[in-house]
Amino acid sequence: MRKFLTLCSCLIFLALAGCSQPPEPSNKLLLWHWMTDRNDTFQKFAQEYQKETGKEVTIQLFAPSDSYSQKIIAAAQANVLPDIYGILDKKSIVADFIKADLVADLTKDMEADGGKWENSLFDKALADRRFDAGNTYGVAPGIYGVPIDVTNEQILYNKKLLAKAGIKAPPQTFDEFVKDAQALKRVGITPFVSGWGELWLLDCFASNYAFNIMGEEKIFDTYRGKVKYTDPDWIKVFSIFAELRDKGVLMDGIVTKGNKYAEQDFALERAAFTFNGSWCVNVYHDMNPDLDYAVIPPPPISTAYPLKIWGSAGSTFVVNASSPNKNSAIAFLKWLTAKEQQVALARETNNLPSNKEALAGVSPILEEFAKGMDQSTHPNIWPLNEDPSVSEAFDKGIQDIIIGEKTPEQVAEEVQKAKDLQMAKGNH
Amino acid sequence: MNKKFKAAAIFKDNLQNFLFVLPAFAIFCIFYIYPFYKMIHLSFYDWRGIGPMHFIGLSNYKELMGDSLWWDSIWHAGYITLIALTFQNALAFALALACDREIRMKRFYRVIFFIPPVLSEVVVGLIWNWILNPETQNGSYIGLLNHFLFTSGLPQMVHDWLGDPKTALTTIAIVHSWKGFGWGFIMFLAGLQTIDKQLYEAARVDGAGTWKTFMNVTIPMMLPVILVVMILTILGSMQVFVLIIAMVNEGLVNYTDVPVTRIFSAMQSTDRFGYACAEAVIFGLILVGISFITKRLSDKAKQV
Repeated sequence: MRKFLTLCSCLIFLALAGCSQPPEPSNKLLLWHWMTDRNDTFQKFAQEYQKETGKEVTIQLFAPSDSYSQKIIAAAQANVLPDIYGILDKKSIVADFIKADLVADLTKDMEADGGKWENSLFDKALADRRFDAGNTYGVAPGIYGVPIDVTNEQILYNKKLLAKAGIKAPPQTFDEFVKDAQALKRVGITPFVSGWGELWLLDCFASNYAFNIMGEEKIFDTYRGKVKYTDPDWIKVFSIFAELRDKGVLMDGIVTKGNKYAEQDFALERAAFTFNGSWCVNVYHDMNPDLDYAVIPPPPISTAYPLKIWGSAGSTFVVNASSPNKNSAIAFLKWLTAKEQQVALARETNNLPSNKEALAGVSPILEEFAKGMDQSTHPNIWPLNEDPSVSEAFDKGIQDIIIGEKTPEQVAEEVQKAKDLQMAKGNH
Repeated sequence: MNKKFKAAAIFKDNLQNFLFVLPAFAIFCIFYIYPFYKMIHLSFYDWRGIGPMHFIGLSNYKELMGDSLWWDSIWHAGYITLIALTFQNALAFALALACDREIRMKRFYRVIFFIPPVLSEVVVGLIWNWILNPETQNGSYIGLLNHFLFTSGLPQMVHDWLGDPKTALTTIAIVHSWKGFGWGFIMFLAGLQTIDKQLYEAARVDGAGTWKTFMNVTIPMMLPVILVVMILTILGSMQVFVLIIAMVNEGLVNYTDVPVTRIFSAMQSTDRFGYACAEAVIFGLILVGISFITKRLSDKAKQV
């Protein structure tokens, strides 16, 4: 009994003593990430970094990304975040992390030496974690993250399957795309597949065309509540999916298909076109090294406004503002995004590097993806975003159109209802 | 002195008992009571999981009452439960009855029937996804079911089972039943083996046929087991989640939504932790209500 009581007292004492000790800088860094395909390379980098600097970097993988996101939120609530981590969420959530003092402002380090670090990175990738003065999130202006690669989402086509259907060149307009799809169908080839069971990918495709049909100002005005989703331009956006459905362009079961399955379908040549992000180069290489394919931006449906594609930082790390190893963490990220490491990362993982100077070493297909960065945009760099509940109604509405349960007009009415509800709550 | 000594001894005894219970009590409080309290507490707030929390009183509950998608999801879970209660348990009971008799290879069947429940729901979902795949390649169906239907002269029955709102939920319910019937089977079999064989002999001597013996001996003796299996089926089926995610990803629009996917979606897709907690509270109350009713029915049945 006495021993038990003594043990309890010791434990309580140790716990209290532990609480009262402020954290001290150490020679070790802890990094949490979610990138299964890049883990081996990160581990190699950690070893190299230790050889070069004597600093020990522990890299811990938590996959898949959904679980990682939840882990980060839980760790933030418990204030046990590592020195370096990533926030896989909307910009508004990133802003909440910053306001809770969980993310360090890296502006000074980026701007040091005449902005050497900042200038070495793709602007659009940095924009993902950049907050300008007067931003709607109420965050102090600054750069709050370091992109380690960039990505964008475009259309990919299988050259062999297109040739089989007698298609000599990839489509340049939406009409050509639909015609090509019908030519493919005639020879028994499924024209198009994508992971539209994942709402974000469907949202991305729809917003590409929304930019093309009505331009960004009208989109943002819709988010502000000044334009209704029942506007003819939005009906046009919804109608794209009705046309794709009616003309038999889409693979059966597309609205419940996860992107992994869609990637498998395209890699195994079950569909001629797909819509996917630049990370797919690595995935397709693993699944079918002989796959012969190329990249094009989604073919525009209108000449009114330029078609924009989603593209920005692929994976971004942030530094824990309350970490005692903040400076070491920043130094490590600087090293990780230097040209040598970025070339190695791009070569080994087939991802587009965030360092502009490292682009020279990428594969031809990644080079094609890189060209798309000029016409890229991303919700994270928009001045405002749609309320998530409205976005959900929008994306699920499109799924409803694809399975033939609702018309574009019905979906537009329903999305507007969701919008009205949010407006009534004062969310915009 | 003696009294004081006694009191001290009792105190020491109590303290000792308390200290032994303390670790379990602390674990219970930390992992059960506190999260439960926190869930109720958060349901009164507008919170995105990080950042400031805004107290909004009963607003989340008010919104929930008018949320048709939420009530649809309850109906969907109820539908899956209904199929599990009937199809799944009837199958489990029939197979348990068959394996309780002197048949060849009955041990082999017991093992086979218990394979689906020990498989992970993710694995089951992925396997069925492949079986139900509606796609074609080089003119032939990739999915086993459609391939079988097509090659056996039933091309009109080839269907996108998970992509059609008319069939998606039923398909999920059948797969859920396939995955779960093994538990019922094992429990029914265990129950059947505890029935005294002399009762069957007495019934036979009294001239009862197979059906009468079944209705008047087997069913009354199995009633407690049937009720336990029913309660477990209801609680398990109402909370089905992983299978749905594995089979239809984020769902076939909202046609395959169940309460747990709605709660998950409120947290994950729309960052509404407070609303998700309100959904969880209401869903918890519904489950408690169902358990209470089933318990009352079970008590009544025992009295009969």
